[in-house]
Amino acid sequence: MSVVAAGTPAPDFTLRRGDGSKFTNADLVGQTTVLVFYPFAFSPVCTDQLNLYEEVLDQFAVQGATLYGVSCDSTWTQTAFKDRLGVTIEQLSDFEPKGATCRAFGVYHEKGGMPQRALILIGPDGVVQWSWEGEHPGVLPGANLIFDALAARA
Amino acid sequence: MSGSLGSAPLPPLAPDDHVLGAGDGPPLIVYADYECPYCAALHARLIAGDERWAFRHFPVRSKHPRAWAAACAAEAAALQGAFEPMHMALYADQARLEDPHLWERARRLGLDVERFDADRRSEQVLARVRRDFESGVRAGVVTTPTVFDDGALQPDR
Repeated sequence: MSVVAAGTPAPDFTLRRGDGSKFTNADLVGQTTVLVFYPFAFSPVCTDQLNLYEEVLDQFAVQGATLYGVSCDSTWTQTAFKDRLGVTIEQLSDFEPKGATCRAFGVYHEKGGMPQRALILIGPDGVVQWSWEGEHPGVLPGANLIFDALAARA
Repeated sequence: MSGSLGSAPLPPLAPDDHVLGAGDGPPLIVYADYECPYCAALHARLIAGDERWAFRHFPVRSKHPRAWAAACAAEAAALQGAFEPMHMALYADQARLEDPHLWERARRLGLDVERFDADRRSEQVLARVRRDFESGVRAGVVTTPTVFDDGALQPDR
């Protein structure tokens, strides 16, 4: 299984926002979305990645892109993680049924029971414009890769 | 922030890079911040060794809330010719990075404290720190410290 490729419509999926409400394909329409899949809340490596993206969040906004963190942790864990990090990037939970959205996007790590570290850029029409998947979860994608993908849209 | 943060090669050593250490080989390039404990550990190894390194700022505020202020303090000291002593003084005590601690360091180093305080809040200094940070983002730096040796990113330094 590998991450969905550019040009593919985003699969049907349901994630949970921090307040328990649903986040689905319908929420992709009309905005440029970057889904940041990370293995686990509170793991040290994930921490650095989200902190860096937070630091340049104003530049993502200039590009019209909205970032979301996605993991299989529960919304409660994600909220605690977000507060601990001091980041504002909204977190979306793929907790139950566990990993269903990650599988749909081709980023579920079966043995680890977690998302692969992956980035998926989805256009306002719900079509994947770019995707990235780490060779292993320890590989951290720089913010530059997302800015490259955003620049390549035009 | 200004301009694109898309990928770009690591900028080569510039005349106003802060090069520290002894020796005459080409320096390592280190992206780090003053509040990061792993950076302090690397700093301790570097000052005990025989390498040269260029220090570039990579402050990430959600991780280290005082990292930007500390980086700006080092650059404000640089405007009075005291980058290196301020750099050393910042790493010497990471638990004290609040404003009064920064003023105290400036006083101890014999700087013009009023000028130091104005400079550390100035657009010039902010732009200098931001230049380092953005060059790091564009070169793919995510975490601190990140070390480049001869232009190549060295994992696990």
